[in-house]
Amino acid sequence: MRVAEFVTATLIALASIYLMWKSGEGPSWDPTVKRFANIGINIDNSGPGSGFWPFWLSVVMMVSAFAVLGNALLGKSELSRSRKPFLTHFGLRMMLSVGGALFGFILLIEFIGFYGAIPLFLFYYIYFLGRHSLALAMGIAVAVPVFCFFFFDVAIRIVLPKGLLEPAFLPLYEIFL
Amino acid sequence: MKIYKSIGAGFVALSAVLFFAVPAQSFEPTKPIDFVIMAGKGGGADKMARLMQSIVESNGWSARPLVPVNKGGGSGAEALVAMKSVSDPDHAIMVTLNSFFTTPLRQRGLNVDIMTFAPVGRMAEDTFILWVHKDEGVNSFEEFLAEAKKRGSGWVMGGTGSAQEDQIITNFLNDTFDLEIKYIPYKGGGAVAKDLAGQQIDSSVNNPSEALGFYESGDVIPLVAFTDERLPLFPDVPTLIEVGEDFAYYMQRAVVGAPGMSDAALAYYTSLFDQVYRSPEWQKYKTDKSLFGDYLAGDDLKDYWQSQRERHEIILKASGDIK
Amino acid sequence: MDVLALLLNGIWIALEPINLGLALLGIIIGLFVGTMPGLGSVNGVAILLPFTFVIQQMTGQATSPMIFLAAIYYGAMYGGAISSITLGIPGASTAVATTFDGRPLALQGKAENALVIAAVASFVGGTISTLLFTGAAPLLANVALKFGNPEIFALMLLAFATFVGLSGDDIPKTVISICIGLILSAVGFDIISGAPRLLLFDSTEWFSRGIQFLVLAIGFYGIGEMLSTIYETKNKTEISEANMTLDRLRRALIKSSEAWKGTLIGSVLGFFVGILPAAGATPASLMAYGVSKMMSKQPTKFGTGAPDGIAAPEAANNSASTGAMLPMMTLGIPGSPTTAVLLAGMVIWGLTPGPQLFTDQPDFVWPLIGSFYVSNVIAVVVNLAFIPLLLRLLRMPFSILASLIFVLSVVGVFAAYQNMYDVWLMLFFGIAAFFLRLLKYPLAPAVLAIVLGPIAEPTLRQSLILSDGNWMIFLNRPIAGPITIVAIILILLPFFHFLRKQWRGTR
Repeated sequence: MRVAEFVTATLIALASIYLMWKSGEGPSWDPTVKRFANIGINIDNSGPGSGFWPFWLSVVMMVSAFAVLGNALLGKSELSRSRKPFLTHFGLRMMLSVGGALFGFILLIEFIGFYGAIPLFLFYYIYFLGRHSLALAMGIAVAVPVFCFFFFDVAIRIVLPKGLLEPAFLPLYEIFL
Repeated sequence: MKIYKSIGAGFVALSAVLFFAVPAQSFEPTKPIDFVIMAGKGGGADKMARLMQSIVESNGWSARPLVPVNKGGGSGAEALVAMKSVSDPDHAIMVTLNSFFTTPLRQRGLNVDIMTFAPVGRMAEDTFILWVHKDEGVNSFEEFLAEAKKRGSGWVMGGTGSAQEDQIITNFLNDTFDLEIKYIPYKGGGAVAKDLAGQQIDSSVNNPSEALGFYESGDVIPLVAFTDERLPLFPDVPTLIEVGEDFAYYMQRAVVGAPGMSDAALAYYTSLFDQVYRSPEWQKYKTDKSLFGDYLAGDDLKDYWQSQRERHEIILKASGDIK
Repeated sequence: MDVLALLLNGIWIALEPINLGLALLGIIIGLFVGTMPGLGSVNGVAILLPFTFVIQQMTGQATSPMIFLAAIYYGAMYGGAISSITLGIPGASTAVATTFDGRPLALQGKAENALVIAAVASFVGGTISTLLFTGAAPLLANVALKFGNPEIFALMLLAFATFVGLSGDDIPKTVISICIGLILSAVGFDIISGAPRLLLFDSTEWFSRGIQFLVLAIGFYGIGEMLSTIYETKNKTEISEANMTLDRLRRALIKSSEAWKGTLIGSVLGFFVGILPAAGATPASLMAYGVSKMMSKQPTKFGTGAPDGIAAPEAANNSASTGAMLPMMTLGIPGSPTTAVLLAGMVIWGLTPGPQLFTDQPDFVWPLIGSFYVSNVIAVVVNLAFIPLLLRLLRMPFSILASLIFVLSVVGVFAAYQNMYDVWLMLFFGIAAFFLRLLKYPLAPAVLAIVLGPIAEPTLRQSLILSDGNWMIFLNRPIAGPITIVAIILILLPFFHFLRKQWRGTR
C-alpha cells in the first residue's frame, strides 16, 4: 500500500504537469500564438483565455499531489504505514477475469454489435464466473438482448449499433419500426 | 424575395421531376434515419429539428423514424466529423446552421469539405435584430450609436459563441461605426436574451424567436434588423440597409445529407423535406418566428453554400479569426 | 383569491380523465427511464415529443401534452433515486447525492426504508415547491433576472464549498478529486474562445466532444463500484434479504418522518436554487445535503445511512425541478437538458415562453400548475407500489446482478451519447476508480465537479470579461457579494479545523 500511495501521487503530479503543458496550447488555426499565452486573466482586454481554468486547476492539483506525498513521507496517513499488498492475489485474478471480460465485451461490440456481444458476455459471466446452471445462463443471455431491442430500438428509438449483424436486423426494422 | 420564391418553386418542380424520373432506383429508407443536430439541446436549431421530426412523424411521411441526435460539440465539429465518417450515408442527415460554414474554415484540421455534403434542402433563413433594454434610454439606432460611442468599451454586447454569427455582426458594427463594444460570448441565445432582460448586458443581436417573449412583455426593444427587407413581425423596425449600410446577415437552417449519399436517397429526402416545408405547421412556425427564405435544394443550395463560404472566409479573415 | 380560483380551475382541468390518464402514463414512463442508469428524463421527454403533436390535436389544448411531458420529468426524478439506492449508480447527476446515504442504508438490508424515505421526501419537496410556485411565480421571475454571471458563479462557489466540507478527512485527496472533475469538464472545445483545448494525446476523435458527466459517473459507480464490491466481498455477497409486506411498508412510512428536517431543508433550498437560471437540480441536491449535514445534531451519521441524508437531496431535486419550470416558462431559458426539450415543445405547440406567458396564456399555465399537484400524488403512490418489485430485484444472486449492471452501464453510456469512444472512456474511468478507491481517494467530488464545471467556468470568465479582469466583481455586487463571502468562509472552515488539529497534535 505504501508503495502504491507514493506511485499514485507521483503519477498524479506528473499528469498535472502534462495537463499544464497541454492547457497552454494555442488555437490550432493560429500557429503564431505562443504556448502559455492563454492562461492569463485579462488577455487583450477580453478576459481569461482558454487555458486559464485548466492551467491553474492543474497547478492546484499538483500542489495537492505534493501534499499527499508529504503526508506519506511523514507517515501521517494510515495508508503510508500499511504494509499490506496493494492488490491481493484474488484481486489480480478478479481484474483479469472481470476486467478482461469487460474489455472483451466492449471490443466485441465494435465488430458484432451490441446484440452479438451482450449474449456472449452474459453467458460467460453467469455460466463461467457465476457458476450458475446452463439453462439460467442461456435464458438471461437471450432475454436481455430481446428486452434491449424492444426497449431501446423500438420504444425509445435509440438505435444500438449492430456491426456485422446489421443485415439480420433489416426484417425486424420492417416489422417493428 | 420574389426571386427566391421563383427559384424555390422551380426547385420544387425539378425535385419532383427528379423523384419521379428515376422510379427504377427509387429509394425508401430500410432502417432508422440518423437525424443529427449540429447544436446542443434547446437552441434554435434543436427546436427546429424537433419540429421537423414531429411533422414527419405525426403525418407518417417516412417509412422509418427520424432519430434526432444532438452533436453540438466544438461548434458543430463533432457533427461534421461524425457525418463524414458515417458508415451508411443513405441513412444520415443533419440539420445545420452557419457553423456549417465557419467551423470547417476555422478548424482546417477536421478536413471537412462542405461541398461534399448532399444538398437536401434549405428550410429557412433566420434573421438577426439588434435589441436593447427598454430602460437603456435608447430608442433608435442613431441613439444607440451615440450612446455606445460615449460608453466605449463600457457598452456590453452578449451573443452566442465566439467568431460566430453574433460576433460577426458585433465586429461589423465596431468596424463600420468606429465603436468599441465589448463582446461576451454565451452558450446559447436564450441565456443572452434573459441577461439582456435582466440588464446584465446592454444589447444583443438575438434571433426574433429568442427575444420574442421579452419583446412582448416590453422589456426589450428592437432597433434595427440585419435583413434586406423589413420583417413582417416588426414593420416599424428599419433595416440596416435603410440606415445606410449595405449589410444583411442571415442564419441558414438547412438539412444536408452525409457525403456519399446516393442520388436516389438524396431525391427521397429532398422531396420529404419539401413536403415538410409546405406543411401548414412549418409555414405557421416560419411566420410566427419571423423567418425568411424559401425552400432551396440541389445545385441551387450548393451555389448558396459556395457563396456563403466565400463570404464567411472574408469576414473571418478580416476579424483575424483565421489566417 | 383570484389566484385560488385560477388554481382550483386548473386542478379541475388537470383532473379531467384524459389529463389524468396522461399524467399517470407519463409518471410510469418517467419512473422507468429514470431508473435505468444512463437514461434520464431527457431521453423520455425527447423521444415522446413528436407524439405530443398528436395529443394536442386530440385534446385541442397545449396543456395536455405539457402535462404529459412534465409527468415524465417528475417520474424520472423519483426514478433517479431508485437506481442510486438499489444499484448504487446515480441514474442522473441530480441523484448523485442520494447515493451517499441511500446506498449504505440499502447495504444494511434496509433498502425499503431508503426507498420510502426517498419517495416521501420527493413528494414533500415537489408539493412544497409547487405551493411556492403557485404563490409567487411572477414575482420570483424577477429575482431570477437579477442573477447574472457573477451571481451564478458565486452560487457555484457555494456549492463547491458545501462539499469540500463533506468528505473532509483527507483534504489534499478531496482537492485532487475536485480538480480531476473540473479539469475533465474543460476538455473539448472552449465555449468562450471557440478554441479546441486539452485534446489529450492530440486525439480529436476521442476528446473533441468533451468528457460527459455520465461517462465519468457510470464509469465510477457502475464499473468501479462493482469491481470494488466484488473485490471486497470476494464474490460472496447477497446484497440484502429485504422483503416487503404491507406492514413493513407502513412501518417504513412512519419511520420516514424521522427525516423531516432534511426534507424541509431540501424542499425550500431546492426551490430557490431551482428557480435560478442555469443552476438546476444538481447543485440544489448537493447543497441541501451539505446544509442538512451542517445543521444536523449527528453529522457523523451522514454517509452511513442517515435518513436526513437521503431525504435532503431527494426533496431538493424534486423541488428544484419544479422550480426550474419557472425560468423556463417565464424567461424562456432552460436550466437543464430536459427543460430545454420542454421549451422546444412549447414552441412546437405554438406558445411563446416569456414574462407574458402567465397573463397571455392562463389556460395553459394554471392547468399545468394544477397538474403538478396531481402528478405528485400519482407519482408517490406509483413509486410506493413499485417498491416490492424493486426489492425482488435486489434478491437476485450477486453474480447475475453484477453482470446485468455491467451490461446496463455499457448500454446506458452508449444510449446517452451514441458513440463508442465514450464507452471505452467509461471502462477506463471505471478501472481507475477501482484503484483510486483502494487508496482512499474520495470519488464523489470528481463526479459533482464535472457537472458544475461547465456552469462555473463560463460564468467566471464572462464575469471577468465584464470587469476587465477584476476579481472584486464577485464581492462588490449586492447579490454576488454575500454569497461569495459565505462560500469563502465555508471553504476555509475545514482548513482551520485541520490546522487546529495539526497544532494540537504537535503540542
